[in-house]
Amino acid sequence: MAEPLLAVTNLSRRFGGVLAVDGVSIAADEGRITGLIGPNGAGKTTLFGLISGFVAPNEGEIRYAGEPITRLATHERARRGIARTFQIVQPFAGLTVRENIVVGAHLRHRARADAVAAADVVGREVGLGGMLDRPADTLTVAGRKRLELARALATEPKLLLLDEVLAGLNPTEIREIVPVIRKLCARGITIMMIEHVMQAVMSLSEHIFVLAEGRIIAEGTPAQVAADRAVIEAYLGQGAAKKLGGQA
Amino acid sequence: MKGFAPIAIVVAVLAAVPLIVHSNTTLNFLVVTLLIALAGQGWNILGGYGGQYSFGHAAFFGTGAYVTAILQVRYGVNAWPGFAAGIAAGALVGAVIGALTFRAGLRGSYFALVTLAFAEVLRIIASVAPITGAGVGTLIKLDLHASAFQFESRAVFYWVILALLAVSLVIARVIELTRFGAWLIAVRENEDAARALGVDAFKVKLGAMTISAAITAAAGCFYAQYFLFIDSGIAYGTRMSIEALLTPIIGGAGTVFGPLVGALVVKALGEAATTVAGDAPGLNLIVYGCVLVLVIAFAPRGLIGLVTGIQRRFARTRREVAHG
Repeated sequence: MAEPLLAVTNLSRRFGGVLAVDGVSIAADEGRITGLIGPNGAGKTTLFGLISGFVAPNEGEIRYAGEPITRLATHERARRGIARTFQIVQPFAGLTVRENIVVGAHLRHRARADAVAAADVVGREVGLGGMLDRPADTLTVAGRKRLELARALATEPKLLLLDEVLAGLNPTEIREIVPVIRKLCARGITIMMIEHVMQAVMSLSEHIFVLAEGRIIAEGTPAQVAADRAVIEAYLGQGAAKKLGGQA
Repeated sequence: MKGFAPIAIVVAVLAAVPLIVHSNTTLNFLVVTLLIALAGQGWNILGGYGGQYSFGHAAFFGTGAYVTAILQVRYGVNAWPGFAAGIAAGALVGAVIGALTFRAGLRGSYFALVTLAFAEVLRIIASVAPITGAGVGTLIKLDLHASAFQFESRAVFYWVILALLAVSLVIARVIELTRFGAWLIAVRENEDAARALGVDAFKVKLGAMTISAAITAAAGCFYAQYFLFIDSGIAYGTRMSIEALLTPIIGGAGTVFGPLVGALVVKALGEAATTVAGDAPGLNLIVYGCVLVLVIAFAPRGLIGLVTGIQRRFARTRREVAHG
């Protein structure tokens, strides 16, 4: 089998006395959606921070497209095709929706006219077509999540790291955005997503990693992971798997 | 060219002023106003567009002024290349201070304090170093010829400073229309988000600081040629740092015309206060303080922001009325 687009090996990051990420090894295969789930505080966002270069690891290696990128600066990783969204949305609040996306589009388009044209296409693709001239800070939560996605997409990434883009959305909004993500994958973008909305992550992902207290405790297809004892205990507490088993 | 018409109109109108106004006092007032607007435009590139609030732009103003003056007085260099060297030296000082502070990751008030410290260090050095004339200052010999960058008529000086200001207005507009500007504004709005989108924040800020320093240094070079005297307090004093940041903040930081509008308002109010209350020492500073408090309280995006905000509100009301 070909080398995965992203391969993280034995990665660790310590914050003071806390091992936020502890010897984690995960991979994202090209053209697939990989899920990353786990209880609050498991270290998922730190792991994304490590992959995108916002946080430096204490140990371990990150390989992307066959090359080590462990020490590369964040902007250099973006140039090579790694884009991320933020769990806590980070819009350029003083700018319009279009100008927000243009910043991302400029990575591949030097001329302003080209960047604006590319931004408009991406904006329509994620369903922000009618709001391009609105100030970013007037968007609803759902709108801001779409804007996060649009900005990242405008950089024309090969690997897209989605940090809870569905959190805070109502069921209708989730139903609207899931097909957008699926379409991106169909277009050849490799996606790794952190998600708490289980129904969505289970239906979207082909492969799932489960992180708890900084360690990978399980991986596999959505069905395998859902049936895993360690996963059930991590979410519901020690002994939960047994109780559930007893009831069944 | 798109978006340059307002600059052309404003510059044309300002250029016509000496044809109507012949009073030396008024022209002198306008020259100083445009000089402050130019220094403020320098600050505006870094602070207004880039969100990096420098409290030490006197470091660049003073370097421009001293290099222009010292090259002429001590090394016999002609004023014109001296002027260019002053701008280049200011840009270099900006690049060095920028590289040190941004590499160290200083943001917000830490950046402001460190820039202030750099300007103060330069002021103290200039007040004791023999080459700057130390406490006595440096006097450029009077030589009223265009070849020496000195003009008998105030009007010519006025047109020179207007031309420099025009260049700075065009630079600001070009920045607004290019990728560099989009990235600079992105860094101002949210540096982390910008980095995630592939923006090399260090390089962008360093570039902005270098351009910013060059523009403010040009104001310093002009000051030296116009007044023919500088000392450490004039060149590197906090007063220049404050005027350079006050004018764009009052006029509208991160807008092309903000520094010009701010300089006109601040200088006119200062002049008016002096006329009404006589030449009380520190009066202009009190006026600056009051204007700054009012602007920050009622128009945080400056006077230009206030006007565009009102326009937008009216436009919206009209739309709503039209839609019933």
